Amino acid sequence: MNNLVPLSYYLVLSAILFACGVTGFLIKRNIITIFMSIELMLNGVNLSFVAFAAHWQKLSGHVFVFFVMVVAAAEAAVGLAIIIALFRTRETLNIDQVNLLKL
Amino acid sequence: MTPTLHLWLIPILPLAGAAINGLFGKRFSRRSVAAIALTFCGAAFAMAIWIAARFSSLSLPHVESFPRWLLEQGLGTWIRSGTFSVDYSFALDQLSLVMLLIVTGVGFLIHVYSVGYMWEEGGYYRFFSFLNLFMFFMLTLVLASNYLLMFVGWEGVGLASYLLIGFFFLRDSAAAAGKKAFIVNRIGDFGFLIALFLMIRHFNSLDFSQVFNTILQNSQQFPIEKSGAGVLTAIALLLLLGACGKSAQIPLYVWLPDAMEGPTPVSALIHAATMVTAGVYMIARSHVIFERAPSALMVVAIIGTLTAFFAATIGIAQTDIKKVLAYSTVSQLGYMFLACGVAAFSAGIFHLMTHAFFKGLLFLAAGSVIHAVGGEQDMRKMGGLRKHIPWTFWTMTIATLAIAGIPPFAGFFSKDEILWRAYQASWIYWLVGVVTAFLTSFYMFRLWFMTFFGEYRGAAASPVHEEHASDSRRGVSPPHGHGHGGVHESPPIMLVPLVTLALLSFVGGWIGVPGSLGGENHFDKFLGPVFRSATPNINTGNAQPGEVVPPERTTEGAEPKTGHSTEIIFTGISVGAGLLGLFLAWLLYIRSPQLPDRIAGSIHGLYSAVAHKYWIDELYAWLFVKPLIAISGTVFWRGIDQGVIDATLNGSADGARELSDEVRHMQSGNVRSYAAWVAVGATAVIAYMVWVGLRTP
Repeated sequence: MNNLVPLSYYLVLSAILFACGVTGFLIKRNIITIFMSIELMLNGVNLSFVAFAAHWQKLSGHVFVFFVMVVAAAEAAVGLAIIIALFRTRETLNIDQVNLLKL
Repeated sequence: MTPTLHLWLIPILPLAGAAINGLFGKRFSRRSVAAIALTFCGAAFAMAIWIAARFSSLSLPHVESFPRWLLEQGLGTWIRSGTFSVDYSFALDQLSLVMLLIVTGVGFLIHVYSVGYMWEEGGYYRFFSFLNLFMFFMLTLVLASNYLLMFVGWEGVGLASYLLIGFFFLRDSAAAAGKKAFIVNRIGDFGFLIALFLMIRHFNSLDFSQVFNTILQNSQQFPIEKSGAGVLTAIALLLLLGACGKSAQIPLYVWLPDAMEGPTPVSALIHAATMVTAGVYMIARSHVIFERAPSALMVVAIIGTLTAFFAATIGIAQTDIKKVLAYSTVSQLGYMFLACGVAAFSAGIFHLMTHAFFKGLLFLAAGSVIHAVGGEQDMRKMGGLRKHIPWTFWTMTIATLAIAGIPPFAGFFSKDEILWRAYQASWIYWLVGVVTAFLTSFYMFRLWFMTFFGEYRGAAASPVHEEHASDSRRGVSPPHGHGHGGVHESPPIMLVPLVTLALLSFVGGWIGVPGSLGGENHFDKFLGPVFRSATPNINTGNAQPGEVVPPERTTEGAEPKTGHSTEIIFTGISVGAGLLGLFLAWLLYIRSPQLPDRIAGSIHGLYSAVAHKYWIDELYAWLFVKPLIAISGTVFWRGIDQGVIDATLNGSADGARELSDEVRHMQSGNVRSYAAWVAVGATAVIAYMVWVGLRTP
């Protein structure tokens, strides 16, 4: 049962998901898209957590995944609220125009 | 069990006065400032007299520390390190009693005088605070029972001297003179300090009695260093360097004439009567060391003789009344050094005492003259003052006779004793001493004639002046208490000290009349126990008489049996020298006043050398000051301070700023660039971890 799908497959998929997230985070200008890229990264990591948990027959990986999902949910709530507030003031979702915070 | 004398109170009382006046004096009236200063100084004097009265009942030396309630606060011991310790304790013996009485007595009189003299100057409270502070340090110096406490007083009087020389600090010359005095004294103090280190190294103690007992009881270890110099010679020479600085001897005498920038009472108290004699006191106190270092003793005598002679020659050509007295002080201190150098310590202290009387008086009288003519110090602009200020004139006459060595005034006895003892050591000392006595008499009577006789040569040809010149010159504008309608006698508060000191200058020498003149020389006998005996071991008292090897020399006070007739002849010669000086001064400055200029013209080179003080100041400036300033400017300031220290600090600051300047561009405000940096950082961390992982198998 354990050996149906090798661990490396999960890890490669996880890395691909994470790399997609990073790429999206770096190249996209729309805040919503960036936000979704972050979620993608988190879930890529979640996948590797559960893969390891299954591989080592340990529960701590699952616990981490739950924590990450809670944080992601909280982040989504706060992040979306910030995005709405941002859009109301700046009337744009282009991240390059939200650059007041500089030296 | 000897009675408790509360010696600690003697220095502390003036300190209290200094503190009260220094902290709160600004709000007091002049009257209360003067009252406070006089009360505390007078209390110290009264205690000194009380102690003198009980002196015969003491076992000497009498060592005391603070009273028990202060000792319990841990005040008794200053330094304790292994077996070495230094205490706050005070010692009284014949020598310190004499010094105590001189310092408090003359000091008190000069305090009284200052009340009148400084009445119209600004910073009245400051002046008296400093003056009391000086008394504190001087009394600490005199009463200290160990070298370190003495050094505290030694440095303290230097500080007080600096503060008081620069009292009129708005004048650049006064500030510069204060600095000069302080810095030149530092050179001497350097020697003193090294001597203390050597003592700690070799005796493991700085206590007078312990150091001297160690020397006296270990004659194998510390022999009389007749041939070749050892530890004791080194210590003695270093102490001498300190004494030369404080007592203005060659080569460190240059600060004293400049110190005349201070107010005249300061010149009288610090730069004539007390502080400058500290060096003589210190050498006399350390006589056990000096007696075992004959070569050092010879250096003392040579320095004293040379200083006495050279300073006297410079004194001849000075025109500033205070400068003449300053060089005279240097010269008389040279006599005291000469006395110490021929191991006639009690003669040196005797001259110290009489000098304190007559030189203090001379300065106070000169101050009275300066006061009378409105701040003028140039003798060429005085003259004929005899009729206008009779009290000053007569007191000054007594002082002049005393310093010129005319019997029966005080200076005659002390100077004569020194010359006689110097002759017993070497006729050269005596000869130079007698020539110096002649020069002393000449320049003093020159001063006397120029100031008090002839016609008044001041401004406006008549003795009238409008403004107190010293005030305008000093840049302060005190309120004018009483009118200055011309040359006028000083107020009684200034005359009382003058008269008292004149009395002392007259009779002060009578306690030391030598045997050749039918006297007993009580002074010498009184001080005898200090200088003659090996200091008794006061701590244990178990010193066996046989252990103490007395030094091989003619002991102090024991009149050599060469016969009194020889001594009387020599006395006659020195009196003759004094009278010759008087006659020559009369000839040149009364009989034919145009003669001095003609003589000065005919020996122009020599005269200008003397008038310019042999260009010693210029020589020192060229030899030491200018190179030092040049080195400081280039090497120490530009090179080390700016080049190394500042450069390091500024360089690191500049580097940090430049780096930050570059790095701050990372903070662009662009979220995606932040993300990129995070990614770069994360990549770097992962790369590092992979690298580490690959390295460890």
